[in-house]
Parts: sequence; C-alpha cells; structure tokens
Amino acid sequence: MTATIQAPAPTTTPARGVETLTMAQALNRALRDSMAQDESVLVFGEDVGPLGGVFRITDGLTAEFGDQRCFDTPLAEAGIMGFAVGLAMNGMRPVVEMQFDAFAYPAFEQVVSHVAKLRNRTRGALSAPIVIRIPYAGGIGGVEHHCDSSEAYYAHTPGLHVVSPSTPADAYALLRAAIASPDPVVFLEPKKLYWAKGQVELDAPAGEIGTARVVREGTDATLIAYGPSVPTALEAAEVAATEGRSLQVVDVRSIVPFDDETVCAAVRSTGRAVVIAEASGFTSVASEIAARVTERCFHHLAAPVRRVTGFDIPFPPPKLEHFQLPSVDRILDTVDELNWEDA
Amino acid sequence: MHRGIDSLLPSEEPVQHLGADGRLTPLGESAKPDDEALLEGYAALVAARRLNDQAYALVRQGRLAVYPSSHGQEACQVAASLVLGRQDWLFPTYRDSAAVVARGVDPVEVLVLLKGDWHAGYDPREHQVAPQATPLATQLLHAVGVAHAATLRGEDTVVMALCGDGATSEGDFHEALNFAAVFKSPVVFFVQNNEYAISVPLARQSVAPSLAHKGIGYGIPGERVDGNDLAALLSVLGDAVTRARDGEGPQLVEAHTYRMQAHTNADDATRYRNDADVQAWVHRDPLTRVETYLRGRGLLDDAKAADLAEAAEVVAARVRDGLNTDVEPDHRKLFDHVYARRTPQLEEQAALVADELSRETATEDAR
Repeated sequence: MTATIQAPAPTTTPARGVETLTMAQALNRALRDSMAQDESVLVFGEDVGPLGGVFRITDGLTAEFGDQRCFDTPLAEAGIMGFAVGLAMNGMRPVVEMQFDAFAYPAFEQVVSHVAKLRNRTRGALSAPIVIRIPYAGGIGGVEHHCDSSEAYYAHTPGLHVVSPSTPADAYALLRAAIASPDPVVFLEPKKLYWAKGQVELDAPAGEIGTARVVREGTDATLIAYGPSVPTALEAAEVAATEGRSLQVVDVRSIVPFDDETVCAAVRSTGRAVVIAEASGFTSVASEIAARVTERCFHHLAAPVRRVTGFDIPFPPPKLEHFQLPSVDRILDTVDELNWEDA
Repeated sequence: MHRGIDSLLPSEEPVQHLGADGRLTPLGESAKPDDEALLEGYAALVAARRLNDQAYALVRQGRLAVYPSSHGQEACQVAASLVLGRQDWLFPTYRDSAAVVARGVDPVEVLVLLKGDWHAGYDPREHQVAPQATPLATQLLHAVGVAHAATLRGEDTVVMALCGDGATSEGDFHEALNFAAVFKSPVVFFVQNNEYAISVPLARQSVAPSLAHKGIGYGIPGERVDGNDLAALLSVLGDAVTRARDGEGPQLVEAHTYRMQAHTNADDATRYRNDADVQAWVHRDPLTRVETYLRGRGLLDDAKAADLAEAAEVVAARVRDGLNTDVEPDHRKLFDHVYARRTPQLEEQAALVADELSRETATEDAR
C-alpha cells in the first residue's frame, strides 16, 4: 500500500484549465488557491508581506487576503516555527517561509522536538499541520549560507514529511497537498528551478504526497533523482539516447514517505541504478535510497547501485560550485561503469 | 504605541501582601485579599503539597522514573491555574505538575510522563493545558501562537506561559517575548525564579536588576512578586490576566521563590548549596502564612483543616493506586500517531515487531 494524502479537489473555483507558469508562479498560485479555499491557512515569515518574499513566492498575498493572513514576523526563525506550532495547536494551518535553506537552522529544535513530535507526544490529540517552505540547494551562484541541501536532517526526523518538486506542475500539486496534509511537511523548493517554465494543470483533481513517478521511460539503467537533480538526470538521459543507451528516469518527488514500490519496480525493470542528489553523499538521502534499492532489488541487479552526489565538503563559493553539483558528464561516466561488459 | 519606561518597570521589591508571619503588609491591607479566593487557594495548596510529597515517595518506591518537585513553590503553582478561566490555556514545564493538577487534570494522567508509559498522559484539549515541556522555553513560543490564533478569531482567551529562571537565558524566551509584544498577544509570561537551574545559581544566568526587568527590552511591562505569597500572586497574576484579556497585550511576571528540594531525585543538591541556605527559606513556606492568616481571620479551624487534609489524602491515595497499577504498554502504539496514517515503511516495521512477538510467544508455548 502507499500512503498518499489527497488535497481536496477545488469545488468552488471555476475550471481554469492548463496554464504555462514558472515554478515560482505555480507556488504562488498554490498558496493563493489554498488560502482562498481554507480561511485557517496563514502565510508568514521574513519579508513575505508587502515585498512578496525575496523570491516573490508570496507576491500579492497580503494585498489579496490582508495582513492577518499573510504577514511579516520578527526576524527569528525559531520564533517563526514555535509561533506556528502554537497557531496549529489552536486550529490554524500555518505555511511558513524559511528565507534560505541555511537560515532555517535556528528553527531546528522547534522542528525536531515539537513540529515533528506533537502528534506522537499527545497520542493524536494535537497535531502540527504546518508547511515549512524552504528555498533550497545550489545552482544559482549563491554566496555562502544560501545553497545548502538540508533534506537529510529533516528526512531523518520521524514525524515529518519531506517533498521536493522538480516541475511547476508538481510544485503546484504538491504544495496544495502539503497544505491540506494533516501532518507537517518540509517543502523543499529548488531555487535554480524557480524560473523554469512548464504547463500547470490548475484543475488537477488532487496532488499527492508519497508517490514517485517515472518521468522518462528507458530500458538499460534507471536514474533516480529528486528536486533540482531531476532536470539534470533528464538531460543525461537525452545525451545517453544519442549514444545508443536508453536511460529511465524516476522523480522521487516525496522523500518521506518514500515510494519503494515505484522506485524498486523501475530498477527491477532495468537492473541498473544510479542515485543522483546535490547533497553531500555521506549518510545522505541518496545513501538511503541506494541501500533500500539494494536490499529490495538485489537479485535483479546487474551492477552495484551507484551514487552521484555532492562531495563531503561545505558548499563551495559560486565560482567553484559547478564542481559540487552532479553534472551530466559525471552521471554518464558513472553509468558507463555499471558492468556493461557482463551484459 | 510608545510606552514610557516607567510604565514597564517592575516594583522596587517583589510585591507582598502576606508576610512570612501570616500578617497583611501595608500593601496587603490596601489590596484586601478576597477571603473566598484565599480559602479556595489554601485548599489547593494543601493538595499540591500532598501531591509533591506523594510523587516524591513514589520515586523512592520505583513507581516513577523521576519527579521534579515544586515543593516550596506551591503558591506559584496554584495561583497560575486559579487565575485562569475555562477559555484560557496553561503552558506548563516539567516542574509544574501541581499547576496542571490545580487546573483540573487527573493527577494520574499527569504522572504518566514520569511513570514512563507515554510522553503525555492527558488530552491537552480537555482542560486547555499544553503537554508539559521538557525542552526549556520552547513552549513559550507555542503559547504566543495559541494566543494569536485566539486573537485572530476574536476570542478572549488568555495564555499563561510558565518557565523557570534558567529558561530566561534561552533564545526562545527572548523570541517569545518579542513575538508576543509585536503581535500584542494576550500572554502572561510567568517566571518562577527558584534560584537554581539544576546546580547553576541565578547569578550565572543573568545580572539584570531582576528577571522582570527583562520585559523593558521588549516593551512589555514587568512585575515582581513574592513567590511564596499566595495573596500577592493571585493579585498580580490576576491583574495581568485581566489586562491581557482587555487587549493590553503581554506581561512578564517574576515570582521570587525557592526550590526546597534537589532538581530531581537524581540530583545531589549538597554539592552546590548549603543546608543553611535552604533552612533560611523554611520559615517562608507558602502554606504556613496562608494558614496563619486564615486562622487569624476565623476562616479556618482544626476541623476545616482536617477536612482539607483528608481531601488531599484521597487524591494521594488515588495517585498511589494509579501509579501502582501496571499498564502493559501496547507495542502497536509505537507506530501510531507518528503520522495521521502509517507510512508503508512504518507498516513494515510494525509487522516486524509483531512477528518477533509472535515467535517469542511460540517459543514460550513450546517450552
């Protein structure tokens, strides 16, 4: 079985069909639609009010819904997160913005000790349906403390869902589902994809958390990626195709809960797998995926499961960051090493 | 918007209405404590003291893993709850079990945390009491959030947020007071300054003129009160609740009291403080002065005192019975309430434990 959390299908909004949006616009539409649908949804954080957020994700929300629904707070991340816990305890659905990945760390105790545990501590009497939006990862030439891939910290904490979209359509659907979720969701927004355009189905029946998706069919090996690494994996598959190799690409979408079923079915169909992620590889989400795939698909594997990840170094300065990010070449080099001589 | 510093300053000395000798101070004379409230408060003090003693005994008997006692701080415990209405919320710490009980929560459910059956034994919604917080000061921010949600809905809820002197050094204390001030939230921050954070004395936490003075930095009025004087506590906390309910925003109240026992039974207080220091506080006991006062007023006699003691004894017996009853912890609960619905991974792990147990049972049956 797969645990999926369905966002309620919009019932009052008229059909709007499909629009071409950037991921930033899709996230903004998701916030607006959720706020319009549910009065208990509150959006707050640093600079999210009149400015609309440093990435403009909350653009226009204060004007549309008023400064009681979308507002700036004092500059204090633990404060924002603890305040959100209390609001959630008293019937609200907070959506908080941590301005950048590395700026979220002051809130870590509130996330780990309270957001993640409130339901469990109280045996379900209280819960923390909070969405923690985090502009995340590198690839934008950001200076230090602006490019961390922090997913492992959250994924390692029972009680949190952790998702990352790779397309505007998923950004919209997953954020709607996250806001509707009865559980806290860490929503990792790949900064480098904010301006990528795609078609967004605004009347899609429901987003869901907990499912992966095969985003490119292929028969020779499976590339497993999430968030910012998915477009890189797709590009690698495109290049490989010109070289006569058919690579399948799986977008994990939901790190927690993890969709073993879809990922493992994909790997079994090709017998080879490479996991791709920007985060440092040691004790990472990529490592967990590699271990899970190995445990579950061992007899179908023609080669060891490989990882292409960031090095185990602090995120480099802008002029060196390309060394840290998984590249098409590094992915294809790794694919080349998957025991093809035995095939 | 701007408030003058004078309106934020606490009084020179902690507010006192009833002296340690059980007589009204001049301030107490003019305040005229309410007889009915003091008598009700005294009954709660007797119950709170009995609860502290009973829980301490249960630790020695191995029925509780640990008990951070509020012995000596019962006036703070009782007042914090008695000044609240049904619509209000209480945010207690691990040392505030007596306050939680004074709010009406079943003491057996309160002690579930320390007994080790689960983390929180009571439903926080029933009496609007948050789970007792073990991390320091984190709950103060939750209190502000609960208060702000009420404000947004136009409800007249007030939130009483408790912490100790040590917690005022934490960053979350600062952020909570600042958020409450900026959002003008109806929160009363009530600091029980019992002079010690485990072994570390107040002088190592702060050199502020008093902890109540810290409110100035946030634009929050501060007040100091004798933490062993129930009459003064009911007055100061009651006023703070009224002002918060009237939309005047948060207040910081520091009660000066003393932790008469070690941090917990696992602590050895003789390593960091002298017995003479503790003895100096014995004559300032929060129960004695109210009893003396009530007897002097003819509101309490031996028969009435015996009734109160008996009522407290009934509760203590209930606590003993409850704590002496072993509840077989249900392993299936390990995987419940992590999420609203178990993830596929948690289903697998729950099945693993069930399988281990069924094999153990099969092995035992075979013997």
